[in-house]
Amino acid sequence: MIQLGAVFFGLGLLGRVAWKMGISPIPLYLVGGLAFGVGGLVPLHGIQEFTHIASEIGVVLLLLLLGLEYSASELTTGLKRSWMAGVLDLVLNAAPGAIAALLLGWGPVAALAMAGVTYISSSGIVAKVLGDLGRLGNRETPVVLSVLVFEDLAMAVYLPVLTAVLSGVSFFGGLTSVGISLLAITVVLVVALKYGRFISAVVDSPDHEVFLLKLLGSALLVAGLASQLQVSAAVGAFLLGIAISGSTAENATRLLEPLRDLFAAMFFVVFGLNTDPNSIPPVLGIAVALAAITTLTKVVTGWWAARRQGIGKMGRMRAGAALVARGEFSIVIAGLAVASGQVDEQLAALATAYVLLMAILGPIAAKYVEPIGEFFQRRRQTV
Amino acid sequence: MIGVNVEITPLPGIGTRQDFMIRAGRRIGVITYRDGRFELILSKASDPDSCAASIPLSPEEANTLAGLLGAPQLVAHLREEHRDITGITTRQLPVTAFANRTLGETALRTRTGASIVAVVRSGNAHPSPGPDFLFENGDLAVVVGTAEGLDAAAEILHGG
Repeated sequence: MIQLGAVFFGLGLLGRVAWKMGISPIPLYLVGGLAFGVGGLVPLHGIQEFTHIASEIGVVLLLLLLGLEYSASELTTGLKRSWMAGVLDLVLNAAPGAIAALLLGWGPVAALAMAGVTYISSSGIVAKVLGDLGRLGNRETPVVLSVLVFEDLAMAVYLPVLTAVLSGVSFFGGLTSVGISLLAITVVLVVALKYGRFISAVVDSPDHEVFLLKLLGSALLVAGLASQLQVSAAVGAFLLGIAISGSTAENATRLLEPLRDLFAAMFFVVFGLNTDPNSIPPVLGIAVALAAITTLTKVVTGWWAARRQGIGKMGRMRAGAALVARGEFSIVIAGLAVASGQVDEQLAALATAYVLLMAILGPIAAKYVEPIGEFFQRRRQTV
Repeated sequence: MIGVNVEITPLPGIGTRQDFMIRAGRRIGVITYRDGRFELILSKASDPDSCAASIPLSPEEANTLAGLLGAPQLVAHLREEHRDITGITTRQLPVTAFANRTLGETALRTRTGASIVAVVRSGNAHPSPGPDFLFENGDLAVVVGTAEGLDAAAEILHGG
């Protein structure tokens, strides 16, 4: 219990530092985990059972709250508006990760995992950065948000495939899994669009205690069921979140956010704990190269997507820079890959180093893109 | 009266942005968050895609600003009429919980005794809405009733 208490308290302190520095706490949680656990300063053995389950709950809650954020109609609108930009995003940003894994000789399974790691921008970090910078009213912001919606939906298809591949299922088994998950997603979207209020009513309750229990219970039930169907637990939680709408979703978000923060923080720490910091230096060079390349690819994606909507040059740069941040989902994907034992151990190290770089680089890029852009514009005008 | 073209843009995961171009050449508008907060936005003169100001407003602050800008004549007129009737007052309340639902579904008069006598949408007043009136995101209801009734109505219209 002392170890657990120390971990939580430490996380709280790290979070406070992050908040003061104005950056996301995720990199600090990772570093905290790295510093202890495997190969670190003090190995923490006694808390493994709790942290294992806690980190699984963390993933479920992360995805549940992501789904709660969106209503079914927002998803379909976002999809219709941004599917071309979404596909470009996918191609440009998944490729570097996959290529890196193949070049390192890690095999196709690891390539699939690394593709996901470099592809997904962190919705949490991007939304927070846009809010902090007062850019929510900007005309390029809906473009950025639509791309994020597409990514989240793509993830709902990608995760079951990844889970199936990681559990050693054959190609056809993988196809079945994708088929089931596509079916599930379509069914959920249709049901949520037409009958969302009934699902919300089932879960809702005026009493906070009952509401919380029903919410958590249903999230874990659905996640567990999804996992049994080989359609990753995280996707089940995401779909449940989408199905719940209206004021139920708002109340649920308010109730669950603290729990999510708690368990998600645990998830990041556990990932760091299980990663040997000594395995990072060999892959650091690759991580930096990946960071540079995928920053560029995200900027290109944002630029192109904003240009299609008729937004000016500064807006295109802002859109591109906003998408740069990677964070929680890259670690979720890496965590899934590493837990299965099917990929090279160094993948955890590469993913950690990569996310550390991008979670810090992302907000910085978004913030400084305006001064940099204006500087270049002025130079061009004076020349 | 020449109508103003208000552009409504959903912000997935965040809320809705409603803005329009003013004659001075800038865009001005409001972001309505899902949890009921508002943000007043004004575009930069040099870069119309970007915001010069993005000012957070609580529901009460937004209400006050709307009262200063929105339908002051309507509400002031009603207040004048009601001044002699003790206990009755008028308030403009944001309808955040009933977007895409009808006025009848609020059951406001049955539940609180207060009545919705007009709905202000994008600065235009729709008087005497019937029970089939469909609310949209960003609507403000002009509600008449006792102070307790109006408090209850505010809770219902915001939280369902």
